[in-house]
Amino acid sequence: MTKYILNRLFHSALVMFTISFIVFFIMFKAGDPVELMLPPDATQQEVIEMRATLGLDKSFLVQYQKFLVNVSKGNLGNSFIYGQPALDIVFERMPATMELAIISMLLSIIIGIPLGIISSIKPNSILSRIIMFFSLTGISVPVFWTGMILVLIFSVILGVLPSSGRGEVYLFTSAFTVDGIKHLIMPVLTLSIFQLALILRLTRTGMMEVLMQDYIKLAAAKGVPRKVIVYYHALKNTLIPLITVIGIQFGQLVAFTIVTETIFAWPGTGKLIIDSIQNLDRPIVVAYLLVISFIFVAINFIVDVLYTFVDPRVRV
Amino acid sequence: MALLEVNNLNTHFFTRNGVIKAVDGISFSLEEGEILGIVGESGAGKSITGFSMLGLIDKPGKIVEGEIIFNGEDLVKKSEEELQKIRGNEIAMIFQDPQTSLNPVINIGHQLMETILYHNPSVSKKDAYNACIDILKLVGLPAADKRMKSYPHQLSGGMKQRVVIAMALLNNPKLLIADEPTTALDVTIQAQILYLMKKLSSNFNSSLILITHDIAVVSQLCDKIAVMYAGRIVEYGKKEDIIFNPQHPYTKGLIECLPKLDDDKERLYQIPGIMPSLLSLPKGCYFKDRCEYADGECDVYPPEQEINGRRIFCHKVK
Ligand SMILES: Nc1ncnc2c1ncn2[C@@H]1O[C@H](COP(=O)(O)OP(=O)(O)OP(=O)(O)O)[C@@H](O)[C@H]1O
Ligand code: SF4
Ligand SMILES: [Mg+2]
Repeated sequence: MTKYILNRLFHSALVMFTISFIVFFIMFKAGDPVELMLPPDATQQEVIEMRATLGLDKSFLVQYQKFLVNVSKGNLGNSFIYGQPALDIVFERMPATMELAIISMLLSIIIGIPLGIISSIKPNSILSRIIMFFSLTGISVPVFWTGMILVLIFSVILGVLPSSGRGEVYLFTSAFTVDGIKHLIMPVLTLSIFQLALILRLTRTGMMEVLMQDYIKLAAAKGVPRKVIVYYHALKNTLIPLITVIGIQFGQLVAFTIVTETIFAWPGTGKLIIDSIQNLDRPIVVAYLLVISFIFVAINFIVDVLYTFVDPRVRV
Repeated sequence: MALLEVNNLNTHFFTRNGVIKAVDGISFSLEEGEILGIVGESGAGKSITGFSMLGLIDKPGKIVEGEIIFNGEDLVKKSEEELQKIRGNEIAMIFQDPQTSLNPVINIGHQLMETILYHNPSVSKKDAYNACIDILKLVGLPAADKRMKSYPHQLSGGMKQRVVIAMALLNNPKLLIADEPTTALDVTIQAQILYLMKKLSSNFNSSLILITHDIAVVSQLCDKIAVMYAGRIVEYGKKEDIIFNPQHPYTKGLIECLPKLDDDKERLYQIPGIMPSLLSLPKGCYFKDRCEYADGECDVYPPEQEINGRRIFCHKVK
């Protein structure tokens, strides 16, 4: 087991290293931020000096090497725009993004799994058909469209929900204040509809397949009550593979916040990254991508290890 | 009074392509402690007959007609709750394939113990555990204590088979249905398991329905044999009569397929042709296309005849 965990850790580190190279390389190729940072009437001399202070006049490899050394010290450079450490700026915005992602994921799980189960038990009932119709819609409609329709209905026409910002924050989240919750509703809905529909459909397909298996019929032949068969024997088999999907989808959710945050002017990392890309603020973009990649890699690692605990067949 | 009396049982599947009469009007009966063999080719309706006894027919299937009188009560008329109390308790079934019969993510101990606990809520977990250990020893599973904590993938095919048999015996059922209990096993273990089943059924005085496509198996164990073909019973009687003096052309064919000790023929006999699809049965006798005695008379399904306690459906047997 320890060997397995160490092995997975090594893999994760390797992935992070590769990502750091790719990210740095892309930003290197993306262009020179100095022109944008200086006022339009700056002299050629000022441009050259600025390049030198930022270390941008060196070759790619020298810059990358310096970057690696700094990263190992936890230093991802200062933002060209704000002048503060890039990592600090990303972390400062992180709670707002994670709040959106976590609440959306929880909502998708809490609603998606039970609806998936219900629609798998009686797949032809009217209730199942209604659930499946909405889940198909949820899977097909693009995130930005959902967001804009919600704004149109609830902010523009009905005027009951605020269309932008994060509202009152208490303990890193807006989920604890009434004003905060009002601000949360639409971004969370926008973000979770796709995930919810996906989890619902995967639960349903999984349950329907498991319920056809011989071991389910044998459980019935033993006189186990139908409820126990559905919610224990069958559900356990369905949920185990779902853990992986939920892990991967959470990473996706964090990435999707870019769109949602832009629509609702949500002050999270998604909005930060869009602004920083426009300004060619290389340290922030690099810091953001590395932090997001780290979250991805960490989730994958946790899911892999968790899996060995919940699925008896892969115990190492 | 017989323990089990099945009268004109019809279990049909209503599929998109038509009605499949998997069990098409069969009747048989079983006394306490008796062993009945149901023999027939793949698709003859043997397993569906077994599942019908438990009321476990999945959609689009349904028991459309007939009676299953068990202990004087008709199971067909019982509600789902009443059936649940009988399943695994008074009637237990050993499924055809032990590889897929156990839940892969629940340990063996739990799967065994729940069989006791759902039927006898007053039994303590400790007593249930001990009862499971006893049964596992009885069916010859080594290291029973350790196996209780195992998951199915950690067991060999033979071990799983024993677990599934143990599971069926836990509540000391009056009727045990064993669906091909040995096909998944190699020959030496097959013999062991069959011997075990016979011993257990006489120890517990349970009645046994043994389902198999292998007439050699039933010839060793059973008191009575029913030969099934395309959803119907074609010949039904005492084992000795059926094995040593088969009358129906299909039964004759099955017996002739058996290897004999004093036989030096190079190749074993095979009944020509295959069983027709249940969706396109021939008019008249279903065995017509494969039968060497068939003639114009066989264009009408043969009526039931009772000859010396044997029931048979064939125009040519008088
Ligand atoms: N769920 C179902 N839907 C439609 N037809 C079915 C279904 N289950 C069984 N049947 C049909 O019922 C018939 C009898 O099946 P059954 O499983 O009883 O055969 P069997 O005699 O046990 O064969 P085998 O020796 O292969 O186990 C088959 O022809 C099969 O096609
Ligand atoms: S009824 Fe005719 S076809 Fe059918 S088994 Fe008898 S002889 Fe053969
Ligand atoms: Mg079968």
